[in-house]
Formats: sequence, C-alpha cells, structure tokens
Amino acid sequence: MPYLTFQNIGISGMAAALPRTVIDNYAYTAFFPEKDVKEIVDKIGVYQRRFADAKTCASDLCFAAAEKLISDLQINREEIGLLVFMSQTPDYRMPATSILLQDRLSLPRNTITFDVSLGCSGFIYALSIAYAFMQSQPSIKKALILDGETRSKVYSPKDRKTAFLFGDAGIAALIERNENFGTSWFSMNVDGAHADLIKIEAGGYRLPSSEETVKERVVDEYGNIRSLEQAYMNGGDVFNFVIREVPRDFQSLLSYSNIDPSQIDYFILHQANSYINNYLVKKLKIDPKKVPSTIAKFGNTSSVSIPLTIVSELKNKLNSKTNLLLCGFGVGLSWATSIITVDRCHLSELVEV
Amino acid sequence: MEQKLIEVFRNALEIDKAKEITLNDSIQSFPEWSSLTQLSLIAALDEEFGVIIEMSVLEKLDTLKNLLDEVIKRRS
Repeated sequence: MPYLTFQNIGISGMAAALPRTVIDNYAYTAFFPEKDVKEIVDKIGVYQRRFADAKTCASDLCFAAAEKLISDLQINREEIGLLVFMSQTPDYRMPATSILLQDRLSLPRNTITFDVSLGCSGFIYALSIAYAFMQSQPSIKKALILDGETRSKVYSPKDRKTAFLFGDAGIAALIERNENFGTSWFSMNVDGAHADLIKIEAGGYRLPSSEETVKERVVDEYGNIRSLEQAYMNGGDVFNFVIREVPRDFQSLLSYSNIDPSQIDYFILHQANSYINNYLVKKLKIDPKKVPSTIAKFGNTSSVSIPLTIVSELKNKLNSKTNLLLCGFGVGLSWATSIITVDRCHLSELVEV
Repeated sequence: MEQKLIEVFRNALEIDKAKEITLNDSIQSFPEWSSLTQLSLIAALDEEFGVIIEMSVLEKLDTLKNLLDEVIKRRS
C-alpha cells in the first residue's frame, strides 16, 4: 500500500463559513410523521443543519471563509501560488469554480488553480495535493485550499434515508512551510467497484438531464421519493464499508508512521452520522474526549466536515505543536487517513453568510 | 452460540424480552426490522462475533438459522 510523506509543510490557518439558515431536524416534518422523524434523528444524532439559500453556492461560502482568513492573517494575495477547490457542488459544469474564485479573491493570474471532485475524503486529498506542490516547488510560498459543499441541494427531502443528514458549509485553509510542522503521513484509497453505493444517476453525460430525469418517483418499499438527479445512498452497505475499511486504514497508517495513538492529540473523523462515528470510536478504541464532533449542530457536510470540526471545536486548542489524525470516508467509495502536526494554527471565528 | 446470536438479534432490534425468539423465525417478520435496526444488527454482529455481513447478504437471509450459518461460515 503506497503512503505519502511530506516534510515541514502544514496548515497555518483556517476559517469556515456557514449559511445563516438553521434547520431544526425535529421540526423537519413536511414529508414524514413526527414519530418517524424523531426516531431517525435520534439514531443519526443530527439535530441541526445549515441550509444555503437558492442563490448561495459552495463557492460563496468558501469565498467568505477565504476573505475572513486573508483578513485575519493579513495574507499577501500575491504570495498565493496554488488554489485547490474541493467540491462536488460546483457553480457550473464549466468553467472550473476555482478559476472564478481566483478572480473573486483577486489572486494572481499565475496562481495554479483547479477543482477536485471528491466527497467525504476530499479534504485529506486536497491537503496531500497542496503539500505535494509545496514540497516539490519552492517557488510556491503559500497554498489555499477552499473546500465547500451545498449538499442540501443534492438530496431529496422526501427520501428518509438521506433527508435528515446533510448540511452546507465552506472552509478555507492556508498551507505554508515551517520546520515545526515536521513529517506528515497520508494514506489514500478508493474502490470504484462500489461506486453505485452513493451516486447521482443523471445530469452528467452518461445520462443527461431530461424531462424523465427530473421526475420524482417512489423508489422503494418504504415509499421514499426522489428523482434521478437527486443523490441516493445505500446506507447499510456504506456502513459495512466504513467499519471494514476505516479501522484497517487507521491502524495501517499509525503503524507505518510509527506513531502511537497516545501521541495523537485529536482524532478528527468525517462527520458521517453519530451512529457510525460512535461505533468507529468504540472499534478504534480511542478516547472519546480526543474526538471532537459537530454532527449534532452541522450534520454531514461531506468533505467540509473535517476542517469545519477543527475550526468550530478546536479554537484556542492548537496554540502549540499538536498532532492530528484526520480520517475521511464516503462517496467513491473513497477513504483517506492522514497524520499531521499543526503549530500555532490560527482558527478564525465562524462566519455566517 | 445459538442463544448468543438470538440475544444479539434481540438487543440490536430492541425486541421485548418477553417475546420468544427461535432460530426458525423469519428475520424480516419482526416489526422492529427496519433500515435503522439493520445497522444495529451489523454493528452487533461485528462486535460480538467479529464478522461484518454486507447489508445485501443480510437482506437475503430468511431465518435466524440462516444468519447463524452465515456467521459460522465467516468465522471459520
């Protein structure tokens, strides 16, 4: 199994933006009886989420986070040599959203800029890309990762398997060189044989949009309703995948890096749902006090959930050298684990859009 | 092991202790059987027996006896 290692590259600051609209999941009862809603909500542990309005895209949330971070850290925009935008809810099918963000953020025209399409493992992939550029190209002084999702627009509110899970958010992370960051380790994996477990069937070029693809239909014996342009998730088999693969990857990277779990200050897991996350914490035998969570208040924000949890829950806790283990898993299927060190990492106050 | 499996099944589905459960019972016949309790059963089987049974396999098993056979097969 290949692993990536980097030296003296790390995250020096992060900011996050959330939509103002708060969804109370117990009151999200337009399509299901209150009793069913309560049972589902209690099981998944998502009590509130943030929903972007119709005009707000993932890029708008990332833009707000980036402006906050640039302002807080007084970042010289001319020094940003790389911009990676991680999202599966871009503004357009073309051009790349990162290019629009280059202009909105007034970044230099020679900033290397591209989009990456990954879900819940995405932030770790984005980090590895930024770290790799920084490691190999000394001319890049700073890199900016923008990671945003508006998953509320992706799933059907009439499909109980996903209706209560997902929320919207965007983050910005500044990557720089510093000897205090030391070594970082990454393990990244995919399994395309199970691509069907989380998927939006139509709207791409394999099955283009048509009158048929936007029609809502009953899709199972439980009466769940969605169109072919709304995402579905086979939660049971995804759960299977998570409890099989995540502990294996987690242990394998710890072993490869020769890091003992006791040396990790915080384990930041993708915020899938509290049932999965609690089970993982138990199975991985890690101290729950070292596992910050935002699932109850922000829901599952896909690739944003790991950095959002850091910004929201670790404020004033990253003021000295701190070892973090990050672990993301989901659509693809794709899963990734990394062990990184941060040192005096600036975490901005949350921004509302 | 039979009794252990029945207890795991009972706890995962939160079935009343007063209700008798036998290996011949159909898994899907329990009113507590749902997409949520299926997750609990998968987790409980992993925890108690160290086996991870795919949802697609679980859904095709008719009785608790079939489930027991599947657990034994995967442990061997």
